[in-house]
Amino acid sequence: MSFRVDKAESVVIMGPSGSGKSTILRLILGLERPQTGAVLVDRQDISVMKEKHKRELRKRIGMVFQDGALFDSLTVGENVGYYLLEHSRMSWRAISEKAREMLGFVGLDADEVGDKLPEQLSGGMQRRVAIGRALLSTNPQIMLYDEPTTGLDPKAAANVLRLITRLHRERGICTIAVTHQIADAFSMADRFIVIHDGEIAFDGGFQALRDCTDPRVVDFLTPFRVSFEQVAQRKFIDMR
Amino acid sequence: MVGALFSRPFYLSETLEQMYLIGVGSLYLIILMGIFSGQGFALAFTQELADFGAKDYLGRIMSMAVLRELGPTLTGLMVAARVAAGITAEIGAMKSSNQIDAMIAFGIDPLKKIAAPRLLTLVLMVPVLTIVCDAVAIIGGWFVGVFIAHVTSTMYWSNVKYKLTFGNMFMGLFKPFVFSLIIAFVSCYKGFTSEGGTKGVGRATTNSVVMSSILILIVNFFITKVLGSAIRGYL
Repeated sequence: MSFRVDKAESVVIMGPSGSGKSTILRLILGLERPQTGAVLVDRQDISVMKEKHKRELRKRIGMVFQDGALFDSLTVGENVGYYLLEHSRMSWRAISEKAREMLGFVGLDADEVGDKLPEQLSGGMQRRVAIGRALLSTNPQIMLYDEPTTGLDPKAAANVLRLITRLHRERGICTIAVTHQIADAFSMADRFIVIHDGEIAFDGGFQALRDCTDPRVVDFLTPFRVSFEQVAQRKFIDMR
Repeated sequence: MVGALFSRPFYLSETLEQMYLIGVGSLYLIILMGIFSGQGFALAFTQELADFGAKDYLGRIMSMAVLRELGPTLTGLMVAARVAAGITAEIGAMKSSNQIDAMIAFGIDPLKKIAAPRLLTLVLMVPVLTIVCDAVAIIGGWFVGVFIAHVTSTMYWSNVKYKLTFGNMFMGLFKPFVFSLIIAFVSCYKGFTSEGGTKGVGRATTNSVVMSSILILIVNFFITKVLGSAIRGYL
């Protein structure tokens, strides 16, 4: 498997469960090593780096894990300000203020949720906190999303999708998302990669995906009975 | 893991928190265990010593047995049962919910942040808890000796003091140091390598306690055998 994502590009990687979608994100972040080949981030092979060099490169990458992966013993405010708490010498007051701003940016009221534990929030709110936490870390240039809307109700999913799209457009962040929610995928990105049995079965835009006759891609998309025209219309609505 | 103790950053607040949870949190259990095991031990030995007209030597037996074997082993097993499970469960739960990966993604070394404070806490607290256990066990033995076996207090404590030798005290502190390493390494290893969701964490927790306990018993035998021979003249 080989593909390239350019700066400020937005890509969704789709595929059946167990096809290796999340593993691709973990490879990009350097949490796992490929059996062969290389993983180049900003032209540097993260897969062969020592841990301290990986740490430097990871400062340019923000990751939103499946289910958020919030630290359950910390409050929402502490979660959002986690990177600054660990790496900066800022006072808690200053960090708290930045966390408050970030919570506002992701559409949450800091007064309402700041002192709560993650388990006290809904799934959608947890995802937004996770996005805020990733953004407040080091102002990343690359954002990775692992199943950002899986398990969320339609309204919560729409809020998360709007936030992801807005981040990509307003900050020019390179976005790589992994999902098997087809309709949500079309709202997030301009380019789609469909993987099947460890290979790339499709890599292209929405129109090309619609016209694709590769049986592996058709097989993957058909069970969801997605009407491309309906989704295309919804995509335009979401983008306004 | 040991290397993580000696390089920056040092997580002092996490270490202090663990000292409170592990050290202070285990204190009541260790005291209860020490008192009742000491008394039970003294009661059993009083009857046997009385048959030989040697019940005045109860203090000597208590001092030697508690310092060398009972105190360290029981403390190690009790801490393993209470603490190893907690450490493995906490780390395993963090792993299964991707919190460990999130930590790495934010540039935090989980060995330094999670494992090292627990290792340092156990290395410091288990010997301290052992000393507390030894003290209350010997005091429990005094209670049995004086009020049940009718040994004089002076006789009891002078015999206790007789066996407070460098060798016995060294062995009594070396063992808990080794046991603390066993508990820390096994519980952290089991936590970081747990797989299979909540079921896997449950399995890892059980295995952590069982493995720690078995290793403590085996290592205890070998320390007694090897160290006992090496410092025979100091016992």
